[in-house]
Amino acid sequence: MRQSKRRYAGVAEQGVSILITLFGLLILTFVIGRIMPTDPVRAMVGEDATREVYENVYRQLGLDKPMWQQFLIYLRDIATFDFGTSIRTGKPVLEDIARVLPATIELATFAIIIGAGLGTPMGVIAATNKDKWQDQLIRVFSLMGHSMPIFWTGMIALLVFYANLGWVGGSGRMSQFYIGLVPERTNFLLIDSALAGQWDVFRSALNHIILPASLLGYSSSAYITRMTRSFMLDQINQEYVTTARVKGLSRRQTIWRHAFGNIRVQLVTIVALAYGALLEGAVLIETVFAWPGFGQYLTSNLLIGDMNAVMTCVLIVGVIFIGLNILSDILYRVFDPRTR
Amino acid sequence: MDPILEVKNLSIRYHGAPEPAVRNVSFTLGRERLGIVGESGSGKSTVGRAIMRLIDSAEITADTMRFEDVDLLNASERQMLKVRGKRMSMILQDPKFSLNPIQRCGHQIAEAYRTHVRCSKAEARAKAVKMLEQVHIRDPERVYDLYPHEVSGGMGQRVMIAMMLLTSPDLVIADEPTSALDVTVRLQVLRILDGLVKDKGIGLVMISHDLNLVRAFCDRVLIMYAGRLVETLDARDLNNAQHPYTRGLLAAQPRIGGSRAPLPVLNRQDSWLTPQAQGDAL
Repeated sequence: MRQSKRRYAGVAEQGVSILITLFGLLILTFVIGRIMPTDPVRAMVGEDATREVYENVYRQLGLDKPMWQQFLIYLRDIATFDFGTSIRTGKPVLEDIARVLPATIELATFAIIIGAGLGTPMGVIAATNKDKWQDQLIRVFSLMGHSMPIFWTGMIALLVFYANLGWVGGSGRMSQFYIGLVPERTNFLLIDSALAGQWDVFRSALNHIILPASLLGYSSSAYITRMTRSFMLDQINQEYVTTARVKGLSRRQTIWRHAFGNIRVQLVTIVALAYGALLEGAVLIETVFAWPGFGQYLTSNLLIGDMNAVMTCVLIVGVIFIGLNILSDILYRVFDPRTR
Repeated sequence: MDPILEVKNLSIRYHGAPEPAVRNVSFTLGRERLGIVGESGSGKSTVGRAIMRLIDSAEITADTMRFEDVDLLNASERQMLKVRGKRMSMILQDPKFSLNPIQRCGHQIAEAYRTHVRCSKAEARAKAVKMLEQVHIRDPERVYDLYPHEVSGGMGQRVMIAMMLLTSPDLVIADEPTSALDVTVRLQVLRILDGLVKDKGIGLVMISHDLNLVRAFCDRVLIMYAGRLVETLDARDLNNAQHPYTRGLLAAQPRIGGSRAPLPVLNRQDSWLTPQAQGDAL
């Protein structure tokens, strides 16, 4: 009884802290929108507009009102999911984002599966064989992943695996041939093509995603490997690991049944952070692979001062990170009885 | 009767260390309770862990190191997996660290059994619960499902004892089993351990720095100093110890109701480190 009450209090507390964070985020995006050295009116009406037209638009945008009123209007717009129109594309920002974000989520999710799937076991192996050849090899491998610029590895990989070997598809999300063939429902190409039963498109999409996702996965696996290794090194010198060995468990059982369980909490945090970084948009790889994703959208709008789009993108990145933090908080409680 | 454990001229040197941590330690153990006493760094825990073959980063040499029919010097890790936890086990110092924080106490106890005996989960659970009863835990079904942070130190150490005695080993090494506990529960925990050791006829090596505990709960005592064995004697003869180091330790013990004068400080002598002195003492 008391425990459930405490749990409710915990949830309420977390809810309040999320609201505060969200409010802070809104202030931030609002301020970014105001202090950017671009003129939103000029961007809208063009260079040749008359003074009259300019002032009309200025008033329409509410820029003549005091700051706090502008902020309230901004809050109202956000609350009604009105993020304005992108100057560059002429479409509502929300519509644009519904198109580009799934492309990035698809890529990032693939990448993080590869990154964590590769990085975690490598980190564990490196830690359990500290300073032996396995450790050295893994450290060099992950250092390379960390330090090679991804636009460069991207081009080399395209050259080798696409142009020379022909193992994978080239740039874009699918072959030119299939574009427009699949009805866009979720904008997740793999899901859409599967829903439509277009297995050729599905295979083409898979062929195209595998290379950029592997490269991104490799580079985030470098980080995950290093962190896993150091978390694991902390654990294998703990007494409970000795206890497990005294019981007659083999070294491998000791590591996976006992030590690994104790690094899951930390591991979840860094994997969530790495995933967030990937979702924020891998601009470089999206550019190299002509991937019409979130990173490209944000960057190109930033360069021309399309403030509605930029503010919305920043807001979304913030919300993604808040969401990932909530997720890792929940997983903490699942994995560690001491936090319940 | 054949000894359970026979150690002759055991030396242990950690990789990269200029001096061995333990040198030329010899002793045998029957179905008795043997205390190893010494100050921090004297090598007493290292001896215990070397017997369990838990030290990976050291060079271990000896003329003999034998546990029943197992040659501990040459046994492979595979052989050791069948010995560790089944025929010999070890009680570690502090349940706060020696129990896995994210697994239920009972599960950890049952695992000790399931590692060596093929059986159903329910059977292992029943065994573990029965063992919890034997370490005088009143509500074993409830304690089975608790996490280590939810039990007190004394109870945690009883969980540890249950875990390590569940398979009825022939040899148990208790490495400072009560040093991390409150003084009030120390005796209680030791009595439980002592009772089980006697009932099951287990050979016990108790590593400790507490002369009084060793005197009360052991048959024989080895005194270690700077990696060497300086004296071996029956626990009841402790007061008649010959070696100046042992005598110094005894003299430095405070007594309730004793005089308030400052306790004598151990006056260390280099001659304790020479083989000559060791020979004399033995």
